[in-house]
Amino acid sequence: MSLWEYANPKKFMETSARIMPWAVGLASVTMVTGLVWGFFFTPDDFRQGSTVKIVFIHVPSAMMAINIWIMMLITSLIWLIRRHHVSALAAKAAAPIGLAMTVIALITGGLWGQPMWGTWWVWDPRLTSFLILCLFYIGYIALWQAIEDPDTAADLTAVLCLVGSVFALMSRYAVFFWSQGLHQGPSLSLQTGERMSHVFRYPLYLCMVAFGLFFLALLLIAVRTEIRARRIKALEARERMG
Amino acid sequence: MMPDLGKYWLEVSASYGVSLAILGGLVLLILRRSRQVRLQLAEMEARRTRREAADG
Repeated sequence: MSLWEYANPKKFMETSARIMPWAVGLASVTMVTGLVWGFFFTPDDFRQGSTVKIVFIHVPSAMMAINIWIMMLITSLIWLIRRHHVSALAAKAAAPIGLAMTVIALITGGLWGQPMWGTWWVWDPRLTSFLILCLFYIGYIALWQAIEDPDTAADLTAVLCLVGSVFALMSRYAVFFWSQGLHQGPSLSLQTGERMSHVFRYPLYLCMVAFGLFFLALLLIAVRTEIRARRIKALEARERMG
Repeated sequence: MMPDLGKYWLEVSASYGVSLAILGGLVLLILRRSRQVRLQLAEMEARRTRREAADG
């Protein structure tokens, strides 16, 4: 069976209907468990105090903000190359979720930065590229709303997505090649040295999985809605023609 | 039950509160639109079926 079969809206609706209850159930269980574990059952950090608990929201949301844009990049490329409508609709459906994740990462970052850095905001490479990514999400959603013809909208938003990918990648890798700035390096690293204690690491892993599943569950619902909305437009056009 | 957040209680509580509000709002918006579109499509499909049956 080919992956491209899922580009058929009917096949996608059938398969997603089977996956959706599992995705919703797993997302709910992991999200509640991860956040309750992180908030109620982790100790204070010896340097950061209780603000370390913000990591369980900030890191997963920032990770998803970037990953969702990369997912949109892949589906946009599929649209541009193979013209599969479901891939264009998947990119469209993912954007509001990505925007929510970006806003959460920016707000929690500010709330964490104030007590630790002494400032809510600084024009640091990672923070700035994240703000630009947020503006790209808003622009992407606005562009879909502004264009009547869905294929033209899919084309133009796909191009915007390609351009915005520079900032999505910069958000992730800015800390490696831009040494100035307040933001620390990656929170989770495989390299030896100062590593996060397992007391914080395990609930953080769970929250990261939870945010991924949360995205999957919402994406499936939203793509199914977009497919139905496209069907409504087709029926309306048929009704108009008599 | 509530952990002692010390002097950073406002920042930590606000982080969780705002994030959960955004996630909750997002879920509500997506579910509401899903329901609206599903009902609208069902209505259109039913109308189409009725019309086709009437046309023979």
